[in-house]
Amino acid sequence: MPNLTIDGQKIEVPAGTTILQAAEKLGIEIPRYCYHPALPVAGNCRICMVEVEKQPKLQIACYTPVAAGMVVKTNSPKVLEARKTVLEFLLVNHPLDCPVCDQAGECKLQDYYMEHGQYDSRLASVKVKKEKKAFSIGPTVMLDQERCILCTRCVRFTDHITQTCEFGVFERGDHSQVDVYPGKELDNKYSGNVVDICPVGALTDKDFRFKCRVWYLDHTRSVCPGCSMGCNIDIDWDKSRPHTQKKERVMRLKPRHNPNVNNYWICDSGRYNYHFIDENRILSPQYLDKLVPWSEAVERIAEILQSTKPERIGVLASAQLTNEDLFVIRKLFKETLKAHVDFKAPERPGDSDDFLIKADKNPNTAGALAILGAQADAQTIVQKARQGELDLLYVFGHDLVKLFGEETVAQIARKVKLFVFQGSNINDTCGYAHLNLPGSVYAEKDGTFTNCQQRVQRIRPAFFPLGDSKGDWEIVSLLAGQLGSPLSYKDSQDVFNDIAKTVAGFAGMSYEKISDQGMVLKK
Amino acid sequence: MEKVLTRNFGLENSHRLATYLKNKGYEAARKALTQMTPAQVIEEIKKSNLRGLGGAGFPTGMKWGFIPQANPKPKYLVVNGDEGEPGTFKDKYIFERDPHALLEGIIVTCYAIASHKAYVYVRGEYVKSMQTLQAAIDEANSSGYLGKGIMGTTFDLDVVVHPGAGAYICGEETALLESLEGKKGFPRLRPPFPAVVGLFGCPTVINNVETLACVGPIIANGGGWFAKLGSPKNGGNRLFCVSGHVNKPGVYELPNGTTLRAIIYEHAGGVPNGRKLKAVIPGGISAPVLTADEIDVKMDFDSLKSIGSMAGSGGIIVMDDTTDMVWAAMVAARFFAHESCGQCSPCREGSGWVYNNLKKLYHGGARPHDLANLPGIIGNIGGNTICAFGDAVTMSVGSYVLKFREEFENKIKERVCRI
Repeated sequence: MPNLTIDGQKIEVPAGTTILQAAEKLGIEIPRYCYHPALPVAGNCRICMVEVEKQPKLQIACYTPVAAGMVVKTNSPKVLEARKTVLEFLLVNHPLDCPVCDQAGECKLQDYYMEHGQYDSRLASVKVKKEKKAFSIGPTVMLDQERCILCTRCVRFTDHITQTCEFGVFERGDHSQVDVYPGKELDNKYSGNVVDICPVGALTDKDFRFKCRVWYLDHTRSVCPGCSMGCNIDIDWDKSRPHTQKKERVMRLKPRHNPNVNNYWICDSGRYNYHFIDENRILSPQYLDKLVPWSEAVERIAEILQSTKPERIGVLASAQLTNEDLFVIRKLFKETLKAHVDFKAPERPGDSDDFLIKADKNPNTAGALAILGAQADAQTIVQKARQGELDLLYVFGHDLVKLFGEETVAQIARKVKLFVFQGSNINDTCGYAHLNLPGSVYAEKDGTFTNCQQRVQRIRPAFFPLGDSKGDWEIVSLLAGQLGSPLSYKDSQDVFNDIAKTVAGFAGMSYEKISDQGMVLKK
Repeated sequence: MEKVLTRNFGLENSHRLATYLKNKGYEAARKALTQMTPAQVIEEIKKSNLRGLGGAGFPTGMKWGFIPQANPKPKYLVVNGDEGEPGTFKDKYIFERDPHALLEGIIVTCYAIASHKAYVYVRGEYVKSMQTLQAAIDEANSSGYLGKGIMGTTFDLDVVVHPGAGAYICGEETALLESLEGKKGFPRLRPPFPAVVGLFGCPTVINNVETLACVGPIIANGGGWFAKLGSPKNGGNRLFCVSGHVNKPGVYELPNGTTLRAIIYEHAGGVPNGRKLKAVIPGGISAPVLTADEIDVKMDFDSLKSIGSMAGSGGIIVMDDTTDMVWAAMVAARFFAHESCGQCSPCREGSGWVYNNLKKLYHGGARPHDLANLPGIIGNIGGNTICAFGDAVTMSVGSYVLKFREEFENKIKERVCRI
């Protein structure tokens, strides 16, 4: 373990650590463009140059390994001058189009210019003109070669991470340009990540372009609900600009670093899977064709529950729900009412690969198994309902029409006394349900999901539930109150603490301990 | 003076094996393979003070010694015949007039570093060179001088000719390796150096054609003999390529340490039409330019370095008093802007910026601050780049502005745009 000194501070790091990484451990951020912790080192931008005692030239911090007794200066006049110099070179041919550039506000050229540049311009007025500006290179990404600083992060991402090799650097000198190979498109399952790693506005996301200035965005830490991988994300949302298209609150999703789960990446289907948050929502409880207040809605259910036997109650929970939702369902329906509760639907396995995309498209299958136990298929409950053996069928989120066909669902609607659908978005089943209850979406929920690695991870509410919708466990709590067996949880954390006390796998966990990296279920 | 590199150049059919054999050909290789250990060969080369004649002047024997023999991977010799440095045309003569001298050097070198495969990377435009070299390799192969069991020993060696594709940067040794591996010619980050991780990730020695052509004679006559031919730390002769404003441009074999004055006036016939000498580039376009007052310098690596220039590839470009030095600087800058590989930012953006600035200065439209800024911009490239190309831009283009400042200032006075 070599000992070295960086800016007067001593540190001991494992051999092979680079100066940049060692400095990071001391909280010293050395500027970087081409360096990305998940990609091989390219060493081409030169902005991370630092002074190493006894070395005649400045060294690039991203590549130079530490050595015993090394003395590094990251802010000597020589280093600061070199940074200015490199910035100036990078800006020689960079267009001055920040006012119309989507990257403005999160652009490393802007940031480092303010931090390390601020020189009087001596740039030539004539810039190299490149061919592709606002050029579509695939279904998700636009390329602007003039904004590109040729850091090659995108090239290395497609070479080493997706290994799809769409990008290359063409031409030479100041005419060099990043482009996709002739006849190729940037069309892979992780294409959106190149926008995240692009430090400038060369690669922009078609989905986000011109939608919102980034400084209007708020960020909420969450977990992608798209599959059982549970990739960590940031929900970037904006409520201050209601004039934006369709009044959407969520502007984009971005991957959030978690070395145990998704590292720096998310897949495209997860990234663009947010429009449902503000589209096609159930906004109010509805009984038959009439909008009703919550009080009436729960009354309708309570009436049936009070007048029937446990074996004539069927509940179809869902692995889309949070651990907290599922636990409260267990409390009321399983433990208090002794009803038949199930969660697994006979879904066809989805798309998968050996990286981040899992065939199980539910974010909380592991949690549902831990809380509700291994269950039979939903088939049993549906069969019973169809044959008139149930008085109440309570479905959470599942689109039974898609799963079992229109005819079966129509039959169920005729046979059961009350067919309840609780969910966030309208689907074909809603039309058959007698009572529709508006649940909130994950972006409106506080709670936890358990991913396929058994890792329990936090989701946080970005904003309040839309319309009259409520969190799923809160609706179930409301019903419990109506039935005279109230569950007195004040918030999700309260529910979770009870889970930690009750469900073996969660023992010892708390929201604080789960934090941002998650905690694995105990066996 | 004893001819070493050009000893066979004047012979009829000098490129043929029969001619070469008649003149003690392959005897040095036989001596090395049958009477010497690899360590003894390296020792002899060290004694000779042979230095890399591609331009860097690195001691050749020391370079061979860096090959880690304990490394189980195959070792390679890569011969740099890219010869892209403007003003340099010596390797072409070796390829075409004495290819067997190169092959003999390759055999000895490979024996010294325990390599069984050598790649000769030849400048793409050198079609005739490639054909001649290939014919020589074929002859050597069929006569037992290459291939399996060379000259009855157990030593095997294959030599492969690989054409370059026209990029100057592929003469930079690590860019050359990338190119050989089928990739774009981008210089690599160092360390690791090629001696440890080179071609296909294996230990590799990269030597210039002329350097290897010296190896045979050194083994035949001894390192001491070769060392005595040249300067104290720069043994032997080298091929000086003289071009530009001289009466007799061409390739001259002369001992290292010959003065530049002697080369221009005694050997190349002086400046034509009674004009005056103004400036000389002593070692290819990357070398800082010298003024007429500096030509008493000895032409060896250390002497040229001591006056702030470099011996480089031995390409001497002579300029007389009709030369516009702003134009000369612009032409050099245009070359660098065109040939910068574009990998790292200072060189990619800087070389074009410098060229644009000089274009303005030469064609008119420049303002005083354009000249005032120029040395700073040029200076910011060198020392901050992945390879030595950036240093070359700074050293070479910078030297014109430094040494002929008055001409640059006059350009502004004549053609300044006064708004």
